[in-house]
Amino acid sequence: MIHCVLHDPEDSVAVVVVEGVKAGQTLTGLILDEDRTITLSCIQDIPLGHKVALKDMKVGDTVIKYGVDIGKVVAPIKAGQHAHVHNIKTKRW
Amino acid sequence: MQNTFQGYRRENGRVGVRNHVVILPVDDLSNAAAEAVANNVKGVLAIPHPYGRLQFGADLELHFRTLIGAGSNPNVAAVVVIGIEEQWTKRVVDGIAPTGKPVTGFGIELHGDHDTIMRASKAAREYLQRASEKQREPCAVKELWVSCKCGESDTTSGCGSNPTVGDAFDKLYAAGSTLVFGETTELTGGEQIVAARCRNDKVRTEFMGVFDRYQEVIDRHKTTDLMDSQPTKGNIAGGLTTIEEKALGNIQKIGKKCMIDGVLDKAETPTHPGLWFMDSSSAAAEMVTLCAAAGFVVHFFPTGQGNVIGNPILPVIKLCANPRTVRTMSEHVDVDVTGLLQREITMDQAGDKLLDMMFRTANGRLTAAEALGHREFVLTRLYESA
Repeated sequence: MIHCVLHDPEDSVAVVVVEGVKAGQTLTGLILDEDRTITLSCIQDIPLGHKVALKDMKVGDTVIKYGVDIGKVVAPIKAGQHAHVHNIKTKRW
Repeated sequence: MQNTFQGYRRENGRVGVRNHVVILPVDDLSNAAAEAVANNVKGVLAIPHPYGRLQFGADLELHFRTLIGAGSNPNVAAVVVIGIEEQWTKRVVDGIAPTGKPVTGFGIELHGDHDTIMRASKAAREYLQRASEKQREPCAVKELWVSCKCGESDTTSGCGSNPTVGDAFDKLYAAGSTLVFGETTELTGGEQIVAARCRNDKVRTEFMGVFDRYQEVIDRHKTTDLMDSQPTKGNIAGGLTTIEEKALGNIQKIGKKCMIDGVLDKAETPTHPGLWFMDSSSAAAEMVTLCAAAGFVVHFFPTGQGNVIGNPILPVIKLCANPRTVRTMSEHVDVDVTGLLQREITMDQAGDKLLDMMFRTANGRLTAAEALGHREFVLTRLYESA
């Protein structure tokens, strides 16, 4: 089963595509652009559609998805944690 | 991909996939009469809306362009226009008349609702019976005008349903169809990717001009950083975090191969085949209504969290890659592409699945939104009334 997908191998986050992902689970991630999979450990519960961090990130770091900049880190994130509005913000507006 | 479908060829040569007789109010005051006519004559379609009084300048021009465009759409066989007074009613009638389709107008002043409803009902009955004899005929896929706009997007839109539209658009573009996308604000963060896909510097300059203008509108009116509006509460619940992330998912809809051949103002009709960018709001019903007014006859609507939108004259085909939405809102989903995210189908197969549903819809199959009676007709306003 594919638990999460990322677009580009350089992405720093992946999207959870199944319901019920729990802390401690090992996830299979599909890299859409390359049609190959990776595995990662998840350290928080993550809802369907929400993002899991693929690496440790510090405040001010740029978050990469689709291989490009989707915003900045505003609270430290560890690999395997839930990455969303509580720790990432837009650089626009 | 098959290369023909069964459509209705109109007097001006354009091809429609529906055969509606529309009762079109010019203004809010005429909705009651329009709906009364639709009640009298079974099978005609009234499209009420809340505007049309004391608008002026570019906002009024857009109002007329949208109404005239909706009436001129090839999915419409004939139009009965009703307005509070004769002159603006005539302006809409005269705008639709060049298509060659039957169109007539009625002003309510000096007659009252009863007399207007009686005369308009007689015209509507005649148009309906005439339209009911119109036959479908084989038409080329390049004669099909297809629009797209996503809504209630989530992260599955960017990985699944939006790139499925992109794959279908790449195939339709190669076949010579006329295509459109829009949603100016929802390109924020991906605008350089869109600019790079423009056919030439002229198109690129026009696109960036439109984009920059919209950013100025937002800067002028915003009270916060637009969090809660872009992304929406629904987007955020679905996992989308920033406008940039939403935009990058959004632009998956323009595929990997097609080039942007031109820029359209709101409700403006394309002048040649290819992919067009229409300057538009990202609000679903507004954008779909503008596409209908521009002459598009089939619409692709990818959704993540489950938007339920339809349009009275433009069939809206919904596709979804979110397994929970497909499970909980199946009556709204025309094409299920959840298999993409489990590697069960390829993007090429997902695109073909959408195109298969497009041909079935063009041939007459009712979309989920049509079957459920979703007829959102929402006019875009540019500023306050006089």
